[in-house]
Amino acid sequence: MSRIVGIDLGTTNSLVAYMDHGTPRVIAARHERAMVPSVVALTDNGLIVGDSAKEHLTRTPERTVYSVKRFMGKSLADVQGELAYFPYTLTEKGGVIRIKLGEKSYSPPQISAMILKELKLRAEAFLGESITKAVITVPAYFNDSQRQATKDAGMIAGLEVLRIINEPTAASLAYGLQEKTQGTIAVYDLGGGTFDISILKLKNGIFEVLATNGDTHLGGDDFDQLIADLFLTEIRTQYGLDLSTHPDHMQAVRLEAERAKIRLSDELKTTAGLDLPDGKGRFTRELTRDQLDGLCTALVERTLGPCRLAVKDSGLAPGDIDEVVLVGGSTRMPLVRQRVQALFGKQPHCELNPDEVVALGAAVQADILSGGTTDMLLLDVTPLSLGIETMGGVMSSLIRRNTTIPASAKEMFTTYVDGQTGVDIHILQGERELAKDNRSLARFRLKVPPLPAGVPRIEVTFLIDANGILNVMAKDMRTGETQSIEVKPSYGLSDQEVERMIEDSFKFAADDVSARKLIEARLDAGALITTTEKSLADGGHLVATGNVEAIRTALSALATAKDGTDPRAIRARMADIEQAAKGLTVAMLDDSLKQGLQGKKVSDVT
Amino acid sequence: MNGHIHNTDDRRELQMARSMCWHCQSEMAGEYFCDRCVKVQPVSKDLDYFTCFGLPRRLALNPQTLETKFYELSRAFHPDFYQNKSDEEQTISLGNSAMLNTAYRTLRDPIQRAEYLLDLEAGSVKDIRTTPPADLFEEILELQDTLDEFRASDRASESASTLRTKLHADRATLEQRQRDIEAQLLQLFSRWDALQDRGEATEQARTERGRILKEMRDILSNRTYVKNIVNDLVATIA
Repeated sequence: MSRIVGIDLGTTNSLVAYMDHGTPRVIAARHERAMVPSVVALTDNGLIVGDSAKEHLTRTPERTVYSVKRFMGKSLADVQGELAYFPYTLTEKGGVIRIKLGEKSYSPPQISAMILKELKLRAEAFLGESITKAVITVPAYFNDSQRQATKDAGMIAGLEVLRIINEPTAASLAYGLQEKTQGTIAVYDLGGGTFDISILKLKNGIFEVLATNGDTHLGGDDFDQLIADLFLTEIRTQYGLDLSTHPDHMQAVRLEAERAKIRLSDELKTTAGLDLPDGKGRFTRELTRDQLDGLCTALVERTLGPCRLAVKDSGLAPGDIDEVVLVGGSTRMPLVRQRVQALFGKQPHCELNPDEVVALGAAVQADILSGGTTDMLLLDVTPLSLGIETMGGVMSSLIRRNTTIPASAKEMFTTYVDGQTGVDIHILQGERELAKDNRSLARFRLKVPPLPAGVPRIEVTFLIDANGILNVMAKDMRTGETQSIEVKPSYGLSDQEVERMIEDSFKFAADDVSARKLIEARLDAGALITTTEKSLADGGHLVATGNVEAIRTALSALATAKDGTDPRAIRARMADIEQAAKGLTVAMLDDSLKQGLQGKKVSDVT
Repeated sequence: MNGHIHNTDDRRELQMARSMCWHCQSEMAGEYFCDRCVKVQPVSKDLDYFTCFGLPRRLALNPQTLETKFYELSRAFHPDFYQNKSDEEQTISLGNSAMLNTAYRTLRDPIQRAEYLLDLEAGSVKDIRTTPPADLFEEILELQDTLDEFRASDRASESASTLRTKLHADRATLEQRQRDIEAQLLQLFSRWDALQDRGEATEQARTERGRILKEMRDILSNRTYVKNIVNDLVATIA
């Protein structure tokens, strides 16, 4: 089975990891961090991703997309309240948000796919092999539409997504592998844009999730925004300057707010500074940790409600939790640590890098799927109740939240009118009483043979698979025939749309070609180094010392080029070696010919 | 299923019903895996949850034993371990896992376990009406009035505060009643298990069996009623 990588597709940063002989490791490009900023920018030279794209946030804010994860599986109406904060243009088509970049518009899964592709390329360059399979993490509290959108992103990036796994549970796998812990643990995961809490029971390699809760719209981004709002207000009063009309400066404020926040995790006070437009000079401001805490307290408090609910849903009290694990960059904030510690009455664990632990866990899950790790098994739950709309617009729950997945429920449907040929079914997800207050997942029409009312009996099976994604099947109980169902997602791409986006991504895959060239050049270079070294060892004595030296110099030049990213440079150094080793090759051929001729009569040869 | 399949021999017969391996068509002797080709087999729809866990159809149940068996079967069925297998095997693994998870959730909770047993032994529990305990009828009518009055009242008023105090007292009474009902249920559990252990086939045993099942049905229906009232009460005074 080909290698499966683990990917943490984060709001602010993304990472790819792999399993190296039983130890998960994140993959860093040469001289770069393992973290790839989840930023995509349209430049004159095309689309770019990561650190280089992040530099465009302040230069071309209207063409630089960040925090796209917030829009996955969402409609424009869902994010209306925060549109003002984003400098790029959002529209909607068929219930799915589109992001305008230059002439073209992209769905959030397409933008995410660009980030995934960057990670895929990194992994391919590092591992020297083609990568087509991945485990991708999502916030545990992601609903069906958001999970499906993530899976679509993987497909568009040319990855077979073998599993969608929850971020906090992925983290627990990474911790579990390291510590061989037993008992009850709480994983508190506060990332760039989302918050999750999961309560797990660890026993003999089984990771059983007891309950999960969260808020898919609460994270470090929101802290940054509060600080940025403070700066913006002060700039307005002190300089009479409204920066909201300067998108580039808005981004600069947001980035400076983030940097100040990060510094305050280690320091008690810091100075933030910003260059102002219109020749207004420079805004500087001292910010103390106490002031930061004051700004963020309400947001941090908002995470505690879901924590208490999750503990209650798992049938426990906060004191029953044996270990607390912190995940996500935002848990570096001292305020967050204090509140979590106070709630559970325990010093939380943060031994593993909170930025990397989710990707590491995804790599562990990938190894389980490929059959490498066999002693660990994750039993996860569905975060939200699944149901259907019944008479009077009420939601009737079929699979309760925190049910272990895979989970299924069967429901029998019949007709109310003679000759009725269809039954409309509306699938919902959420905890509220009324259908309209819950998330609409999909609608479909069940085909029914025209018969007297009440006679048809169609059994519909709702199955939530191990990815937390819903599958629907229908069976006519009278004929035993199964019916394929065309489910129209309420907030997602249709299969045809995903297909088209995959095709599109091939069309614009110039980057892919160059990456492929690099991988192939590296592989060829590796082979050439091996054979040349062997030739030197076997036949080095046949040529002049100066020639041996020349070959060695060319070899080390190739080794350096191989670590670089330019396939042409690698090919050039390979040609150098072939040139330098020409004499050696000829000498060795002659030698072997001579050896072959020894002991033979001249008459035999001619 | 109605009431007659409850001894060990019948259960064995149920399993024999799905007699052939879907893959190699050999006769099935193994429990969940074919003895010959080692392929996973779909769990029969007729297999009840107790049998699935290798447990006798008893109501007292050691949660540790149940959990151990659940983990063991999860390791056998979970889709994670079928990633490299054929589509058929992946489908079976998915179906079996979903069934196993439902079975575990049902048996783990004493109330759901009792409802399930009742369903197996005496037909659909969906027919159970939620009925108030006979002796509480008057009190519950009065409580409903108090609730209506409280909902209509101005929360800040003095009368509302009196009503609230009364509702809190009612809540304590009802919650105690809920605990009593659950204790009664547990007693029935022991009576049922003892009867099963004796395994008598006499007329007397049959009568006793019918009586226990009827009592169980009544208690469960009272419990649901009281529980709904308590939930409503808690939501109103919260």
